[in-house]
Amino acid sequence: MSANTTIASYKQLEGRSKITNLLLRWFLYFILILFASYFIFPLYVMLVTAFKTMPEIRQGNLLTLPNQLNFESWIVAWGGRGYGAGDTYLRPYFWNSIKMVVPAVFFSTFIGAMTGYVLTKWRFKGDRWVFLFLLFGCFIPYQAILLPMARTLAVLGISNSILGLVVVHSVYGIPFTTLFFRNYYVSIPDELIKAARIDGAGFFKIFFKILLPISAPIIVVTVIWQFTQIWNDFLFGATFSFGKAAPIQVALNNMVLSSTSVKEYNVDMASAIIAGVPTLIVYVLAGKYFIKGLTSGAVKG
Amino acid sequence: MFKWLDKNLPKIVLAPSLGLISWFVYGFILWTFYISFTNSKILPKYELWGVGQYVKLWKTHKWLIAVDNLLIFTVLFLVICIVIGVILAIFLDQKIRAEGVLRTIYLYPMALSFIVTGTAWKWILNPTLGIQKLFIDMGFENFTFDWLVNREMAIYTIVIAGVWQSSGFVMALFLAGLRSIEDEIVKAAKIDGAGLFTVYWKILIPMMRPVFFTSFVILVHISIKSYDLIVALTQGGPGISTTMPALFMTQTAFHKSQVGLSAASAMMMFMAVAAVIIPYLYSELRRENVS
Amino acid sequence: MIALKIENLSKNFGRTEVLKKINLEINEGNFLVLLGPSGCGKSTLLNIVAGLETIDEGAVFIDDYNVSNVEPKDRNIAMVFQSYALYPSMNVKENITFGLKQSKTPKNKIEEQLKKVSTFLQVDELLNRKPSQLSGGQRQRVAIGRALVREPRIFLFDEPLSNLDAKLRVEMRREIKKIHKKLKTTVVYVTHDQTEAMSLGTNIAIMNHGVIQQCDTPKNIYNKPHNIFVADFIGAPPMNLIQGNFINGNFIPNGSSNIKIPLDKYDFKDSNNSKNEKSIYLGIRPEHIYIDKNNSDYFQISAKSELVEYIGHEQIVTFNYFEQQFLGKFPSTLDINMDKNLKLYIDLNQISLFDKNTKERL
Repeated sequence: MSANTTIASYKQLEGRSKITNLLLRWFLYFILILFASYFIFPLYVMLVTAFKTMPEIRQGNLLTLPNQLNFESWIVAWGGRGYGAGDTYLRPYFWNSIKMVVPAVFFSTFIGAMTGYVLTKWRFKGDRWVFLFLLFGCFIPYQAILLPMARTLAVLGISNSILGLVVVHSVYGIPFTTLFFRNYYVSIPDELIKAARIDGAGFFKIFFKILLPISAPIIVVTVIWQFTQIWNDFLFGATFSFGKAAPIQVALNNMVLSSTSVKEYNVDMASAIIAGVPTLIVYVLAGKYFIKGLTSGAVKG
Repeated sequence: MFKWLDKNLPKIVLAPSLGLISWFVYGFILWTFYISFTNSKILPKYELWGVGQYVKLWKTHKWLIAVDNLLIFTVLFLVICIVIGVILAIFLDQKIRAEGVLRTIYLYPMALSFIVTGTAWKWILNPTLGIQKLFIDMGFENFTFDWLVNREMAIYTIVIAGVWQSSGFVMALFLAGLRSIEDEIVKAAKIDGAGLFTVYWKILIPMMRPVFFTSFVILVHISIKSYDLIVALTQGGPGISTTMPALFMTQTAFHKSQVGLSAASAMMMFMAVAAVIIPYLYSELRRENVS
Repeated sequence: MIALKIENLSKNFGRTEVLKKINLEINEGNFLVLLGPSGCGKSTLLNIVAGLETIDEGAVFIDDYNVSNVEPKDRNIAMVFQSYALYPSMNVKENITFGLKQSKTPKNKIEEQLKKVSTFLQVDELLNRKPSQLSGGQRQRVAIGRALVREPRIFLFDEPLSNLDAKLRVEMRREIKKIHKKLKTTVVYVTHDQTEAMSLGTNIAIMNHGVIQQCDTPKNIYNKPHNIFVADFIGAPPMNLIQGNFINGNFIPNGSSNIKIPLDKYDFKDSNNSKNEKSIYLGIRPEHIYIDKNNSDYFQISAKSELVEYIGHEQIVTFNYFEQQFLGKFPSTLDINMDKNLKLYIDLNQISLFDKNTKERL
């Protein structure tokens, strides 16, 4: 190719496509914002509805803003109306959920950390199979264990109690927490453990003094993951714990479904937001770790 | 004694979790498996009764509807989630301003429970005051949107809510996948004269095959297990038109007290999940071995 | 004819200046190596030539035409990457022909080019394989093939050999040299390996902190470094730098009182440099220090031998000279006594002098 033709072809090409590029970018942002509004829409509807009065709801539509911020439905959703029978409200169930989540997250995380530690740093013949054996627990449909679990809880005398749910969530959290810790500890060099052993540290000392202090990121990921899973669980709660010992998701569902009086959408929405707010706060504050849990739990087996 | 303890400490520490999982996962599944071959009603009976429950299951109208619904839901849920997820991931990958904010918005539904989102969607989709009223107020006077109470269409409302909840997750998976690709590949393609479209269509998307596979497995898994969303949104209604296997199983066990039949349905679900998960775990493990 | 010219080019990433007013020219058919430590801006410069990075200031000319705003694909260049950057979902044939297909080259022409290139690089047996089924060396060949097939005006190489093991690296280096000898296409080649740079380049541009320190032939770079950075960067072990003073045409090492090394034969860059007294460094390469006097220009010094490192065909000895250390390189057949004051000879035709303040060559 001669230099002259090259120059000619450069000339035609320069400066072209500026406008197409700009249009393309506008289109890109348009689509992205369109989807963003689709995702935001239900949250927006929930919020504005929760602040409206029932007459306002009947007059306006989903998008209209409330005339004024009306906290009535929030108060009813959280603390009830104050009359006895049939007055369901979320406050006691919210605390039920807290009492369930905190120990269950602690136990499952701790057991997962220890298991992950053994599976990566004290390897033995067949450890991969043990890992696979545990990992499979992440994927089973819980319907396959509901019936025997109900029997077991009854035999142990902890059916329909918070304690029962703590046990259930701790056990079925182990496969996930093990997966998280195992994948994290695999990336930590074995030399670190060898050096500690030469320095005379034993099994527990290595774990507590060396590994645990550098495990903060994965502990955060695991705690957030377990918190979100257990807080949001409905199946176990609805099956094993009804009535007074129900966790918040079950209570929310009961409140929304109870057809004793006229549907109060504003109270329903306020209740839904109250039930969703703890995980939402965690997500907004520590979204990075939440996403890490989602993707690492999913991508790497 | 101490020496023995010292040597076996790792295994002793491993024992509780191994024991718990053996009992609560594998033991329980075997128990359910066994019960599915008995004629258990309210309480489990232990004499074997053959495959009667399975025969009965596949003759139960409600179960057939549940399976039908599961197929419709899975296909739509899968396809729409992946299409939206891929599009969003690719668009977000274009050095977008405020990418962090947009990503947060796309993914927040994953932090909410299906009960919370189901409650919200139930209100939005309700035929008198929801979307329908919105459009009528906007001037479309004859607009009707009654899918939630329409036997034919109610299953699609579950698809709408499910897609809304999970497509952000697929987006996150694909975005992570795209970001992990060496940028030299994109540079090489640019020098080779590939436009943006070609770069994605011919080079990057084909490289995403493992991510497609992962998304497929996770979404199928979510859909087979889906229970909360249906309870919150339709309770399986109107009638039994939106029943799904998970709902069928709990209703049969705890409301109809047909423990044997319910165990059979649980085992069918288990086998469906296993058919997807076992190849997945196998391939993941092999990939790890190679690398 | 000048194939590539870079004029006053600057580039910032945020607040860090990656490239500062770079000027560079390369004649058609030459092989220019950009050499420097990591983070010196050499890869950024290459990416700018390719059009993969934008320019903040200055311009890039290919064949006298300003291509600063031209898309990479239209610059008539081809590039080989460190990670090879082969498209994993395509087989070798598809990888090589991808660029031609994008530019809508007629089918028979594509086939013809593919045949030519794959025979030339001996990858014709591999055409149906996927990149994952190739060895490192084979991947490298395919990556080069993908560049060759487009018959570009300029070849760009971005550390193409650093992912290969030592033996293969030497082999592929020779291969690249052969290809250049045969095709005589202009090449810009980025590396941090000085052996690679010396053996491949017709010209070497040494970069540090976004500035070109010296752009010259390999011989000049080695023998007449422009400044202390180049003197220290090139050569293994690098040039010895002995501190001292320049007084009345003589070099007086620090710490000595009666040693005067005559510098009257030194070729000063600027004759004014030979007039003023100043603190300077005397640079001498380890191989220009001898145990025997076999040339009248050799200057005798006395230094204490402290340490010997035997490395097969040669040995490197550390000497103490008025509390300054320098290294000498000798054939390993020589017996050298340790911890002794020895008579050594330095070749005064091979020395370099640097101003201690400006760090520039005198």
